Amino acid sequence: MGKPRLVVVGNGMAGIRTLEELLKLVPDMYEITVFGAEPHPNYNRILLSPVLAGEQTFDEIVLNPLSWYADNGIVLHLGKEVVRIDRARRRVVAADGTQAEYDRLLLATGSVPFILPIPGNGLEGVIGYRDIHDTQAMIDAAKVKKRAVVIGGGLLGLEAANGLKLRGMDVTVVHLAGWLLERQLDPVAGALLEKSLAQRGLDFRLGTSTTEILGDETGRVAAVRFSDGGEIPADLVVMAAGIRPNAALAQAAGIHCNRGIVVDDTLQTYDPRVYAVGECASHRGIAYGLVAPLFEQARICANHLATYGIGIYAGSVSSTKLKVTGIDLFSAGEFMGGEGAEEIVLSDPAGGLYKKLVIKDDKLVGACLYGDTGDGAWYFKQIKDGASIDARRDTLVFGQTALGDSGTGGQDRAASMADGDEVCGCNGVCKGTIVKAVREQGLFTVDEVKKHTKAASSCGSCTGLVEQILMNCLGSNFQETPKTKAVCGCTDRTHAQVRRAIGEHRLVSHAQAYAFMEWRTPNGCATCRPAINYYLISTWPREAVDDPQSRFINERAHANIQKDGTFSVIPQMKGGVTNPSELRRIADVADKYAIPMVKVTGGQRIDLLGVKKEDLVEVWRDLGMNSGHAYGKSIRTVKTCVGSEFCRFGTQDSTGMGIALETMLANMWSPHKVKLAVSGCPRNCAESGIKDVGIIAVDSGWEIHVGGNGGIKTEVARFLAKVKTAAEVKEHVGAFLQLYREEAYYLDRTVHYIERVGLDHVKQKVVEDADSRRALYERLLYALEGLPDPWAARIAGTQAREYTPLTLAPPKADRQIALALED
Amino acid sequence: MTATEAWVRVCAVEDIPLLGSRVLRRAQDADIALFRPAAARVFALADRCPHKGGPLSQGIVSGDTVTCPLHGWNIRLDSGLACAPDAGCARRYPVQVRDGEVWLSLRPAARADAEAPAEAA
Ligand code: SRM
Ligand SMILES: Cc1cc2nc3c(=O)[nH]c(=O)nc-3n(C[C@H](O)[C@H](O)[C@H](O)COP(=O)(O)OP(=O)(O)OC[C@H]3O[C@@H](n4cnc5c(N)ncnc54)[C@H](O)[C@@H]3O)c2cc1C
Ligand code: SF4
Ligand code: FES
Repeated sequence: MGKPRLVVVGNGMAGIRTLEELLKLVPDMYEITVFGAEPHPNYNRILLSPVLAGEQTFDEIVLNPLSWYADNGIVLHLGKEVVRIDRARRRVVAADGTQAEYDRLLLATGSVPFILPIPGNGLEGVIGYRDIHDTQAMIDAAKVKKRAVVIGGGLLGLEAANGLKLRGMDVTVVHLAGWLLERQLDPVAGALLEKSLAQRGLDFRLGTSTTEILGDETGRVAAVRFSDGGEIPADLVVMAAGIRPNAALAQAAGIHCNRGIVVDDTLQTYDPRVYAVGECASHRGIAYGLVAPLFEQARICANHLATYGIGIYAGSVSSTKLKVTGIDLFSAGEFMGGEGAEEIVLSDPAGGLYKKLVIKDDKLVGACLYGDTGDGAWYFKQIKDGASIDARRDTLVFGQTALGDSGTGGQDRAASMADGDEVCGCNGVCKGTIVKAVREQGLFTVDEVKKHTKAASSCGSCTGLVEQILMNCLGSNFQETPKTKAVCGCTDRTHAQVRRAIGEHRLVSHAQAYAFMEWRTPNGCATCRPAINYYLISTWPREAVDDPQSRFINERAHANIQKDGTFSVIPQMKGGVTNPSELRRIADVADKYAIPMVKVTGGQRIDLLGVKKEDLVEVWRDLGMNSGHAYGKSIRTVKTCVGSEFCRFGTQDSTGMGIALETMLANMWSPHKVKLAVSGCPRNCAESGIKDVGIIAVDSGWEIHVGGNGGIKTEVARFLAKVKTAAEVKEHVGAFLQLYREEAYYLDRTVHYIERVGLDHVKQKVVEDADSRRALYERLLYALEGLPDPWAARIAGTQAREYTPLTLAPPKADRQIALALED
Repeated sequence: MTATEAWVRVCAVEDIPLLGSRVLRRAQDADIALFRPAAARVFALADRCPHKGGPLSQGIVSGDTVTCPLHGWNIRLDSGLACAPDAGCARRYPVQVRDGEVWLSLRPAARADAEAPAEAA
């Protein structure tokens, strides 16, 4: 039996992206045939505007050269428009009679420009703006003609008008609405845009509809007439009044359409053999017209074509930038406001600056920026994440800088940075280097930038800035896809896919995982091995093999490596409580092993710094204390305040609660480190507000907050629940941490995890559904039960050779002589 | 094999964990890191990362490289060369595995990058 056949109709951005995603998942599954009506391989349609403006050439915007099709064994029919789908016989027929049979059919026919139904719309010199053919027609016209009229003041119309103007034509833009880009901007920002385009020499007729296009005796366009009776001469008319999903072919084949081809969340049409992606598809009533959502569709669709069946497409929020060099505008989400929405506006029309944020239910739902779009990416992320902005409300409008965190403070304005400005402090990478790499090497993702420039590859605190630079270079072609990126270069699978496979196929060892998921490398790399190790042991506790060689040195040696190769030792000090005898032992150990530095940590315990590796086990033995896990992606500390036992304001025994929690969570591995704090009253002396789990005692019980972070980027913890008893605190905290352990991706702190899944999801599983909470809590206790303290285990002899250096056997006399002779 | 070839026996192959490493401590001289990327393959490099001297013996071994624990440079085990985009070279020592035993020559091999003109020696 041969391979199943996949036929793709439409050789454009969404269709071919789907194939790329599919080939990544299953390179050999299908025999693939592609029909494209255009006589070109797939090119970047977005960049037609720079081609029109003379900033790029066609060759530069080709995405998949013919060799790509050949290399992947794809049969390509260029210049052949499919005119019929025969669903009964499962084949498609092109205009020239070429046929192809399918087992699966993918429709990616894009859109067609909407041509106004007015007299004269068929005259020579009236064109749409959709493909390279149209673009070339405009370039040719500009060489010999003088006057252009562009109908439509949307993104496409303005980019066309700008390009024609740059090519020397006189251009008038006719627009039905009262302001430009009425779908992307509000009236104020629209007016600012109009002003700056007018300064470049464009003419506008706003609030005007076109009633007729007049021709000359040869059938060529000569003038345009408006509803108010006015008329202007024209040699070229560009119709940019909108697009319509190109669904005619599907409709004729009886596939359910409603403006676009109707698809479900897996991008399947009403005919189960037929899928549709891109602008031709209508998903939950929306046909998208920007690439970012289409690429997302492509990814999900590929997954289903590969019969993996993972992932649903739930729609996208999209953002817009106008690609007219020198004009900065950005909008995203529901920027028009409306019922139940509040607006924050910052307006300086004289300075050409305008910023509007729309807030609904404490969340940022829309943004419209003009003049300074440096924070566009940042706002867009807030909109997509749907996180509460309550705490940041006052400073939100001033942008990311105003948050004053050292990670991004003062340097987030990618757009306004000079090329020589440093972006990545760790690796000394400047903006210019990144821009150059993005342009010259065609980088699309933060990961690629990391690889090529090293920026954001170390501490990662400049990742947001790199994202912005990418976004500014690529326009809306840029996709920020943290959830969908591959674990590392050894695989194309994402963290989500890896976690799922390990769970579903009961993979319990590294070897099994790499073999089953077809890793490209025999035993992974320093990036994936620790992640896989965590996924194995967290998914199959007591069953999976914990591989020390797949752990970073700190977790392998159970101490923290220092710059000179020595280690630090931080014993557990539950709740920050110690006693004279422990302190005495610590002092004795410091003396005995000549430990150069003893320090109180920021986590309420004591650090012995500068211990030699071969002394570690003996140091632990002499200390007689448990491991503080200060080195691991694991439970760290539970900080506490004095609480009701001593403090005059204390409402509950916060110290006791902290000790109970630290006891419960001992030896817990997690996706990233986990820190807790318990404060005895809202004065919050233990700083519970910036902990992964922060507990604040009140008269009537305990408030539990989650997702705080005091590190690279300070994040305030968010309220999860209020409970009465200590037992409830333990169950809620345990359940939350188990949910995080089960669902977060490796190296996501709780704040990142919650940003991804949403606090509502967490509340649902941990607070609202008592059964789910209990089950989670029990799974945590099951995973932790019987785990030995790692120091105690090593004192008992585990992993002894890790701590013992090799030495050469005492030299025999003859060997020494031989060596001497050789030298 | 005899000691007259300037080779010294260090340990049994099994003394080095698979996909792991051991450090060889010497009385007078600097430490040497021994790596075992595959069952019967052992490599030796000076235990000093060409970046800032990190102890390579403490890194994660995968494929043919070790990742330095301090700042994540990847160093090729067979040549001691840092993988692009980083540049640098750790001193390399010849190793042989015979009858399950690891033999090391304490005379560093010629620098792998010596013949590469682009690399500053
Ligand atoms: C020892 C200590 C500093 C001190 O002398 O007080 C410390 C030392 C290190 N911290 Fe920390 N952190 C220490 C408290 C903190 C705190 C404060 C706290 O825990 O209350 C924070 C902010 C709170 C937080 O995590 O949200 C903190 C945020 C970080 C971060 C940023 C984490 C983030 O998600 O943003 C890193 C980097 C990382 O983990 O990737 C880090 C990483 C490090 C490392 C492990 C760097 C490394 O990878 O080698 C440092 C090891 C130094 C060494 O050579 O041993 N350290 N670090 C503190 C140990 C506390 C303890 O008893 O366990
Ligand atoms: C000038 C311009 C600027 C743009 N700028 C941006 C931007 O800045 N940001 C952004 O996100 N988006 C932008 N877009 C939109 C973006 O290009 C589209 O969203 C994207 O190309 C749609 O992908 P698609 O695969 O659905 O359709 P297309 O890329 O149009 O591909 C459809 C292909 O199918 C072919 N086809 C149709 N019917 C048949 C048939 N029956 N048989 C065979 N082949 C057929 C068509 O010829 C076409 O090649 C811009 C579009 C244009 C025109
Ligand atoms: S802040 Fe933390 S990571 Fe930075 S130098 Fe101090 S201890 Fe090291
Ligand atoms: S010392 Fe090895 S990477 Fe810096």
